[in-house]
Amino acid sequence: MSEHDQERERDAHSGTATTGHEWDGIKELDTPLPRWWLWIFYACIAWSVVYWVLMPAWPALPGLAGETDHTRGLRDHSERANVAEAMEQLHATRASGFAALEGASIDDIENDPELLGFVRAAGEAAFGDNCATCHGSGAQGAIGYPNLNDDIWLWGGTYEDIRTTIRFGIRSEHPDTRFSQMPSFGRDELLSNEEIENVADYVLSLSGGAQDASADALAAGQEIYDMQCVSCHMPDGTGDRMQGAPNLTDQNWLYGSDREQVINIIHRGPYGVMPAWEGRLGDATIDALAAYVYLLGGGEEVETAANRPTGR
Amino acid sequence: MSDTSNRAMAAPGVQKSKAEAVNAADTRELYKKREPIYPKLAHGKFRTVKWFVMAVTLGIYYLVPFLRWDRGPDAPDQAVLVDFAGRRFYFFFIEIWPQEVYYITGLLIMAALALFLATALFGRVWCGYACPQTVWTDLFIWVERAFEGDRNARIKLDRAPMSFDKAWRKVGKHIVWLLIALATGGAWILYFHDAYDVIGNFFTGQAEPSSYLFAGILTFTTYTLAGTMREQVCTYMCPWPRIQAAMTDRDALNVTYRVDRGEPRGPHKKNESWEGRGDCIDCKQCVAVCPMGIDIRDGAQLECIQCALCIDACDDIMKKVDRPTGLITYETDDNIDRFQKGEKPVYKFIRARTLVYATALAIVVAIMLGALLNRSELELNSQRDRNPNFVILSDGSVRNGYNLKVVNKANEPRTLTLSIEGDPQIETRLLGAAEDAPMQLTVDADRTRDFVIYLTLPPDAIDGPREEFDFRVTDTRTGETATTPSMIVTGAER
Repeated sequence: MSEHDQERERDAHSGTATTGHEWDGIKELDTPLPRWWLWIFYACIAWSVVYWVLMPAWPALPGLAGETDHTRGLRDHSERANVAEAMEQLHATRASGFAALEGASIDDIENDPELLGFVRAAGEAAFGDNCATCHGSGAQGAIGYPNLNDDIWLWGGTYEDIRTTIRFGIRSEHPDTRFSQMPSFGRDELLSNEEIENVADYVLSLSGGAQDASADALAAGQEIYDMQCVSCHMPDGTGDRMQGAPNLTDQNWLYGSDREQVINIIHRGPYGVMPAWEGRLGDATIDALAAYVYLLGGGEEVETAANRPTGR
Repeated sequence: MSDTSNRAMAAPGVQKSKAEAVNAADTRELYKKREPIYPKLAHGKFRTVKWFVMAVTLGIYYLVPFLRWDRGPDAPDQAVLVDFAGRRFYFFFIEIWPQEVYYITGLLIMAALALFLATALFGRVWCGYACPQTVWTDLFIWVERAFEGDRNARIKLDRAPMSFDKAWRKVGKHIVWLLIALATGGAWILYFHDAYDVIGNFFTGQAEPSSYLFAGILTFTTYTLAGTMREQVCTYMCPWPRIQAAMTDRDALNVTYRVDRGEPRGPHKKNESWEGRGDCIDCKQCVAVCPMGIDIRDGAQLECIQCALCIDACDDIMKKVDRPTGLITYETDDNIDRFQKGEKPVYKFIRARTLVYATALAIVVAIMLGALLNRSELELNSQRDRNPNFVILSDGSVRNGYNLKVVNKANEPRTLTLSIEGDPQIETRLLGAAEDAPMQLTVDADRTRDFVIYLTLPPDAIDGPREEFDFRVTDTRTGETATTPSMIVTGAER
C-alpha cells in the first residue's frame, strides 16, 4: 500500500480507495482496471507502433512520402497490388481450361469430365453476367426471349449454330448478324384487321387451337397464309431456321399463345434483337457459353462428325 | 522467515506450517491483487495417482501423433489426423467426412454426460486429475520445484534480493517452462499434418503459416495459463466450477474435512491426551500443499479442484501422531452429517441423478455405435433443378434436370450403374456418359463426384403434376447400392 493510498479515504464496504471526488455525498471509488485488461491495452499500444512502422499508416504532406500521400511502411503493403495479383492468378488458373476448350468439339467436351465441369462452371458464370438479363438466370426465357433449355431453336441448336448466334447476334449491328424481318402486317396496312384475325385463327389451328373459329374464317385465313406467310414459315407451318422463322405447329409460342397475342404479333411484326458478343467477350468465353447453353439439355447433335468450330 | 517451527512438536517429523489460505473466502477482498501460492510437495497415494495420470495423459497427447495406421496407398497413415486440406478426420479405423461431423458432436455429448456422471459420483475428479490446466500446472510446479526447491525455499528465494543464484534459478525455470510450452503448442499441430513431415518443415521454416500461428498461440497459452495464471484460470475463467453446483449433490463423494473428527482443533504435544479434543492438530499442512490456496477445513468452496493432495498431506500427519488416517477424505456431505449424529455412513451411488446420467450416456453411446456400424461407404444425393422447374419440349414431353452427387468413401475407385426405379417410361440423358454405357458412373477412391442428368417424360406418360421415382446407383463389382428419392415435375394440372 503506497503512501498516497493511505491519504485517501477508503470505502468501508469494499475496502477500495476513493478518488476524492464527491457529489452530494456520493463518492467515486478508484477501482483499478482489471490487470489482464490493462496489459492487453498496453500490448495494443505496442502493437500499433509496430504496425505504423510496417504498414501504410500516416497521412503525409504530398512529396514527403514519395508519390503517395501516406507513409508506405516497411512491408510496402498494397491491397490494390494484392487484388491485381489475385486476379492474375485467377486468370492463370482458368487459362488451362480455356486452352483445352479451344478447338474442342462438343463431344470432346462431354467426354472429358474435367473439361465438362469447367465449361459448366465458366459458362454458368458468363451466362449470369451477360445473358441472364434477358434469358433469365436459369435460361428459362420470357415473352419475346427464347427459353434455351428446350429443344426449340429459331436459328439452329447445334454447338456451331449456338456459337454463331452468340458471336454475331440476331438483328444486331454486326455485319455477319443473323437477320430476317417479319412485316408489320397491320401497322403497315398490308392486311385488314379482319384478315389478320382470320390468319391468326388459321395459325392457331395448326397446333390444335382456335377451335371456336368458323370454317369460313379458317379458309380465309389459310388463303392469306398461303400468300403472305409460306415463304418463311413454310406451307406446312414448320418454319425455316435459315430465316429464323419459328415452327407454328408446336406448342411453343415465343410471344404468347393467346389469340390476342398472336393477332398483336401479326399486326406489328416482331423484331427481337440479340447483341453480337464477338469483341465484347473473348472467343474462349463464347465457346464456354455456347457449350453451356448446348448442355442445358436442348442441344442438337449434327449428323456428320465434323462439328468442330471453324472460322476462328 | 521460516515456515516451519520445531517448537511444540506433536510427534517426530511433524511439521507445523504457518501457511495461510490466500484464497480463503473470508479474507479475500474483491479487488485484491493475486497473492502467489507456493504449493508444497505432497507424498501419498493420491500424489502417486496424479503422477501416473499426468504421465498417461501427457504421454497420449505427445505421442499419439506418431502412431501409424495403414489405410492403403492413397490415404495418410497417421492413426489420428485432422486433415483440413483433404477434408477428412482419421481416427484409427474410423474415417470421417466433413458432413459427418455429427460423430464429433456425439463424442462431445458423450464426454459431457460422462463428466456429469463422474461429478455426480465423485465430485470434481476431472478438475483434480485429468483437466489439462491441472496436469500442465502440476508439471510446471514440478519444474519450479526442481529449480527453486520446495515451498519454503521458494518463499525464501522470492523474498531474497536479486543475486546470481536467484537469477539463474528463475531464468532456468522460465526457459524450461517455455520449452514445455513450445512442445505443447508444437504437439498440437502434429494432429493436423503428418507428424514426421511437419516437424521437419517446422524447424526449416517450411510449415504452413497456420502451423506457426497455432503453435505460437498454444505456446503462449500454456506458458501463461500453467506458468503464471494457474489457479486463477480455474477460479475466474473456467465455467465448470459454477456448473458443478448443479451436477453434484449431498450424496457425491467430495474431498472433505471430517468436521466431526477434527474439531475442536488445536496444537497437540506428544503424549498429551486426545480426550475432549479433535484430531486436527492445526499443522496447516493441508493448506501448504494446496495448489488453489484454500483451506479445505472451511468446507466446500468454489476454488477447490479436489486434487486430493490435502488428503495425502493430512494422512501423513495422522500416521505420525498415531491417529487414524482419513481426517480429510473423499466423503459425502450427508455422511458428514451422519457422523456428527453418530450414525453410520450410507453410500448411495445409485440414485435418480446418476441413473439419468448413466442412461443418457448409454443411449448416446448406443446411437453413436449404431450409426458408426451402419455407416455406408456409398452415398447418393440428388438435387432437382428449380430454375427452370420443368421444360416442355416441342413434342409436349416434359424434361427435368438433376444434379447427382455420388459420394465414394471407400479407398478404391468405383464403377456404378445408375438406374431409375419406379417409372420405366422416363428417358434419360446423362451428361458426359459414354455412348456404349449411357448410365455408367465412375468415381475415384475417397472422392465425391457430381453428375448432371436430364430426365424426360413422354406426353402420354404424364398423368399428374409430378411423377415420383428413385435414383439408384449399384456398384458393378461389390453390388453395394445407394438410393435417393426424387420426382419429375410435369407442370400438368391434377
